[in-house]
Amino acid sequence: MALLDIKGLTVRFDTPDGVVTAVNNVTLSLSRGETLGIVGESGSGKSQLAFAVMGLLAKNGRATGSVTLDGKEILNAPPSVINPIRAQKIAMIFQDPMTSLNPYMRISDQMAEVLVHHRGMANAQAVAEAVRMLDAVKIPDAAGRVRLYPHEFSGGMRQRVMIAMSLLCRPEILIADEPTTALDVTVQAQIMTLLSDLQRDFGMATILITHDLGVVAGFCENVLVLYGGQVMEKSPTDPLFAAPSHPYTRGLLSAIPRVDQEGEELDAIPGSPPNMTMEPKGCPFAPRCTYAGEDCEEHLSPLTEFAPGRFRACNRSLEELS
Amino acid sequence: MFSFILKRLAVAIPTLLLLIIISFLLMHAAPGGPFTQERALPPQVLANLEAKYGLDQPLWRQLASYVWGIVAHFDFGPSFIYKDRTVNEIIAQGFPVTLTYGTVSFVIAIIVGIGLGVAAAIRHNSWLDYLAVGISIGAQVLPNFVMAPLLLLTFTWWLRWLPGGGWEHGQWEYMVMPVIALSTSYMASIARLTRASMLEVLTSNHIRTARAKGLPEHKVILRHALKPALLPVLSYLGPAFVAMVTGSVVVDFFFSTGGIGRSFVDSALNRDYAVMLGITILVGALTILFNLIVDILYGWIDPKIRY
Repeated sequence: MALLDIKGLTVRFDTPDGVVTAVNNVTLSLSRGETLGIVGESGSGKSQLAFAVMGLLAKNGRATGSVTLDGKEILNAPPSVINPIRAQKIAMIFQDPMTSLNPYMRISDQMAEVLVHHRGMANAQAVAEAVRMLDAVKIPDAAGRVRLYPHEFSGGMRQRVMIAMSLLCRPEILIADEPTTALDVTVQAQIMTLLSDLQRDFGMATILITHDLGVVAGFCENVLVLYGGQVMEKSPTDPLFAAPSHPYTRGLLSAIPRVDQEGEELDAIPGSPPNMTMEPKGCPFAPRCTYAGEDCEEHLSPLTEFAPGRFRACNRSLEELS
Repeated sequence: MFSFILKRLAVAIPTLLLLIIISFLLMHAAPGGPFTQERALPPQVLANLEAKYGLDQPLWRQLASYVWGIVAHFDFGPSFIYKDRTVNEIIAQGFPVTLTYGTVSFVIAIIVGIGLGVAAAIRHNSWLDYLAVGISIGAQVLPNFVMAPLLLLTFTWWLRWLPGGGWEHGQWEYMVMPVIALSTSYMASIARLTRASMLEVLTSNHIRTARAKGLPEHKVILRHALKPALLPVLSYLGPAFVAMVTGSVVVDFFFSTGGIGRSFVDSALNRDYAVMLGITILVGALTILFNLIVDILYGWIDPKIRY
């Protein structure tokens, strides 16, 4: 049985401009120890998908569908159900390490409270555990720096602190929401290496949310491509890069600059992401797709398995795309 | 930190001096004087009076001797109107009264205001929120010179629960109405400030992190949201405290509490130069002191501020 099972998850927001459908009927499952990349551009709903699982949607957000953890329903669960799951079963790290830590509390207090609350540890014991975890994320002089405030750390170091904090209760799932987006490139590589090492050592299943296919290639066994809140393609990583089955994925891949092809212009995908306030109908990528026909505006074929472990949602057959 | 406090206190001295000089000159620039009456005094009597109080001296000499009196003897001079009383006596009599009901009002305004503001923010757009916002708007638009007579009518005239005025060394039944009249609008401002800043803090990323850690909502609010939410409130509290403990004319007038708020206004109307200057200096010194205390508290709450 899958560890985490998401079925038909839809997330809508009530806004002054109308209802925004951020996530539309997403189904996926995650097994123990699996690394899954969720790829999509800004506004594709990838972060909201994660927030819905964690019960962290903004107040105007509504989630429908089903999310089960070890067979137990957790979507829209009351605090008595979701709070023990947060940090202990599913932990999350966020995009912006500069603002995601509490600027008014020492790192020691922010980390220790997790263990004091969930494990009933005494404060001193919890701080000692926090120092061990800071060591594990390779923060030099962890014992001394645990007493510092967040602003006394650099961005990369703060993200290490966030990672250490999320791992304190040894969660079964770690959701990393664009963990390197706010960091500069050399630090990005260090953080991804660290996450990769920790994932191997701790063995937790990991969902990596990113818009960077390069990051996915180095980290994830499986990839889910999201566009306009809908799953376009789901596949093991290597075949996806070798033979993308969806026009959108192809567009994404050809838009990656390559160091071995000098001087060529980048193939950008024409157009811009869809206006999410419209009632979703047909394929969200249709307006930008070179293969789209009239039928694509009306309906989108459901996600179907076309090769072992590979799924695609597209009205055009693979032959038509070649 | 210690050197910061010393520095601020050192700056306070020229600030106060400037305050004295400007108030002194402004007062003397206003037409009339302490002995101007409807029926003019005989010139000889007026000259004698002015000589007695030093008003015949050049302005700079009056100012110098006034400042010297304060620095050397902590003597703020005699009242020009109440023949046998000094400014020190008038302040010593009125200020403890004002300080007492002002402090009680301040504490109540903080507790109720912050409580109401936090409750409204965490139950945003619920009936509790609307009720809290309604109460604070109502309290803010109802001026205390309307509120005071309404209180008197209700509690003294109709219900006959509370005495209509006096102080009696601050017995509680004499304090109730002055405190309500003084604290309500401050309470309302504090509630609205707290609510707005708490609402903003609750949408910040570190609050989402606290929730993602599986902490129960009350811990998220008390441990993570309250401190940053109170920072803007804190900067309001310094001046508010000074305004409350240096008194309210309206309270002194309607409830005959005998605080310095009344003395201040009377002294301005009577051109009682010494009393007015004395109270101005008191307000100025308290303002400087409480702004300093607020700054120190800021440094204590926000680790990014270092002195």
